[in-house]
Amino acid sequence: MVDIATGRSTQSTTGTHATRILGIVTLVGVAWLILFGLFLSPADQNQGESVRILYLHAPSAWLAYLAFVVTAVASAFYLFRKQHSLAWDRLAGASAEIGVLFMAVTLVVGMLWGRLTWGVFWRWDARLTTTAFLFVTYVGYLAVRRLGGTPEQRARRSGVLALLAVLEIPLVHFSVKLWRGLHQDASVLRPDGEVKLDGLMLFTLFSGIITFTLMYAWLVIHRTRTLTAEDMLDDVGLELALAERRRESIPRTNEEKGALLS
Amino acid sequence: MMQDAGFIVTSYVVTFGSVLLYAWYVLRRGKKATEQLPDDSKPWL
Repeated sequence: MVDIATGRSTQSTTGTHATRILGIVTLVGVAWLILFGLFLSPADQNQGESVRILYLHAPSAWLAYLAFVVTAVASAFYLFRKQHSLAWDRLAGASAEIGVLFMAVTLVVGMLWGRLTWGVFWRWDARLTTTAFLFVTYVGYLAVRRLGGTPEQRARRSGVLALLAVLEIPLVHFSVKLWRGLHQDASVLRPDGEVKLDGLMLFTLFSGIITFTLMYAWLVIHRTRTLTAEDMLDDVGLELALAERRRESIPRTNEEKGALLS
Repeated sequence: MMQDAGFIVTSYVVTFGSVLLYAWYVLRRGKKATEQLPDDSKPWL
């Protein structure tokens, strides 16, 4: 591959040795989760086989929360640190994008589980409604990032929004306590410390959480590097356009010089 | 039971399929952007 500015050959990848190892470990985790989630873990006494969907639903919801918290922390670093490094903003943007993906997965997979357990895909239950609202908020966040302006304007605007949007997460998490609804209470992270899951089911759930976290790490590294490269490319493009404009403004022939003098 | 299996398999296909699609999109965009930059502009190399 050849660099547009210098003509030198380059390595066209956002991957490194470490990310390749991380990718392989993640794939092993996915295979492990499918094996335990679909075949080795037992059916639930009340939910039956539909409990297998929860090994995806709960980890993807956890990951969306994690991604949105990372977005808020990275935005705070951008806004409140002296350097105002755009690297924090890119991390925030990458993390939010992945969070939206996993929030969408949470909603779709949750609807499939709801159809089997409740008999309906959707109810305007407190947990479902607040989760949908959180999803829409972060879709809005991504839309704000795509508005025009300089990278600094983008970082400031979206940074403030990220700090506000993250406040919705406790509302979503505690909605099952605040308003009685269809959605079940927490089975693991309960205030009384009791765990309402069988050993193998708990193991499968934690395998899912670890696998999804590895997936997030791999995705966020690659997406942040892509955003870095795209920002640098924008800078190079701008410099080339300015150089072109300067070259155009210098008169090259005697006629052009005469026209400028007259 | 068969209906349950359909919903369960669909949930696994939707989850891992969407992640796989997104990973492909990220890698493709990354490749497109990095191939136009010199290596010294890539802090991860």
